[in-house]
Amino acid sequence: MKIDPIHQFNIEPLFTLGHIGNHTIAFTNSSLYMLIAVAIISLLMLASGSQLVPGRLQSVAEISYEFIAATIRGNAGAEGMKFFPLIFSLFMFICVSNLVGIIPYTFTVASHLIVTVALALVVFFTVLIYGLAKNGLKFFKIFVPHGVPGYILPLVMFIEVLSFFLRPVSHSIRLFANMLAGHIALKVFAGFVAMLGFSLGAIGWVGGVLPLALTVALYALEILVAFLQAYVFAILTVIYLNDAIHPGH
Amino acid sequence: MAESHGGAKGPAAGAHTEADGGHHSGGFPPFESSTFASQLVSLAIFFVLLYVIVSKLALPKVGGAIEARQNKIEGDLAEAQKLKDQSEAALKAYEGELASARSRAQAIGNESRDKANAQADAERKALEEQLAAKLAEAEKTIASTRTAAMSNVRGIAADAAGQIVQQLTGVVPDAASVNAAVDASLKG
Repeated sequence: MKIDPIHQFNIEPLFTLGHIGNHTIAFTNSSLYMLIAVAIISLLMLASGSQLVPGRLQSVAEISYEFIAATIRGNAGAEGMKFFPLIFSLFMFICVSNLVGIIPYTFTVASHLIVTVALALVVFFTVLIYGLAKNGLKFFKIFVPHGVPGYILPLVMFIEVLSFFLRPVSHSIRLFANMLAGHIALKVFAGFVAMLGFSLGAIGWVGGVLPLALTVALYALEILVAFLQAYVFAILTVIYLNDAIHPGH
Repeated sequence: MAESHGGAKGPAAGAHTEADGGHHSGGFPPFESSTFASQLVSLAIFFVLLYVIVSKLALPKVGGAIEARQNKIEGDLAEAQKLKDQSEAALKAYEGELASARSRAQAIGNESRDKANAQADAERKALEEQLAAKLAEAEKTIASTRTAAMSNVRGIAADAAGQIVQQLTGVVPDAASVNAAVDASLKG
């Protein structure tokens, strides 16, 4: 029994959609899980009714709505609500696809760097374009913190500019690495159970209890991480957008 | 299936098989650049789709439901407050009315008691006067009756004395001496 913790990340084309240049554009398992996430979110938000006294599903939809709305209001003020649809879409997309992804035999969309980079760049350019369009050159105030003595200002500005342009890197790699590492760890520990059982017989099955317990614990942790990383991604987006809305921080 | 994908790597057949092989055993899928285009296109399609659904349908619907509930709750609370104010005002009015009615009742009671007392006094006084008058009259009547009776008694006594003397002596006594004798005995 060979453990292949990487196999779960394989992209399997299901059918070809077309070609762009010399790239084949295929509908892959990743596309399927993106579609599933969009379908689940749409069902949750649209098919849950609009009762005065909400049912369970409607409560989940409303809690999601109010959770994100409160996060935006708390971190970027009322003006941040302009970006409510974007942040809500980001959060729900990542959260739902992550939660679907920890079901065994499924695929995790955010376990691919290209996806998280694309999402982080959407945020980065939204911040950059909105910040420049709204504040003009005042937007660059975000690189000049208040109350810094003149002689170290160039250094501070250099660090601020660097950190600004590194934001999409940390933003995307955090999510990607968390999902990737979590799934690999789960697979490795779960693989130990089977490996012990198949190779050592009865003793192996008894010995497999420990990695099984670890797998269960890790699985619970991964459920938390799936939600938490979506939340972290969303709240960082809000914080970055807050810079674009209020550059003179 | 993977074939069509591997084809993305390059037009050459050699690259094709290489990409295919790397895809399944050696390569690390997240860094497999041949899959990037497909993933980016899918992500663009589905994320834009999600954004449109969320911004045009989902958030207005859920937000509307929340707002409608908020408005309903606020309206109901305002209504409840209004009703409470009304009931408090009604209670206050009732208490005021009760107090004024009580004081009025007391005033009426006092007044009627005073009036009744005064009337009773007047009636008693009139009755007493009447009784006093009757008493005086009765006393007068009694006095006169007694006088009359006394004079009658004298006449009867005189008559009786005359009769008795006549019976005893056979002589009819003269009235003057009989009267004198009766007067003398009445006095005596």
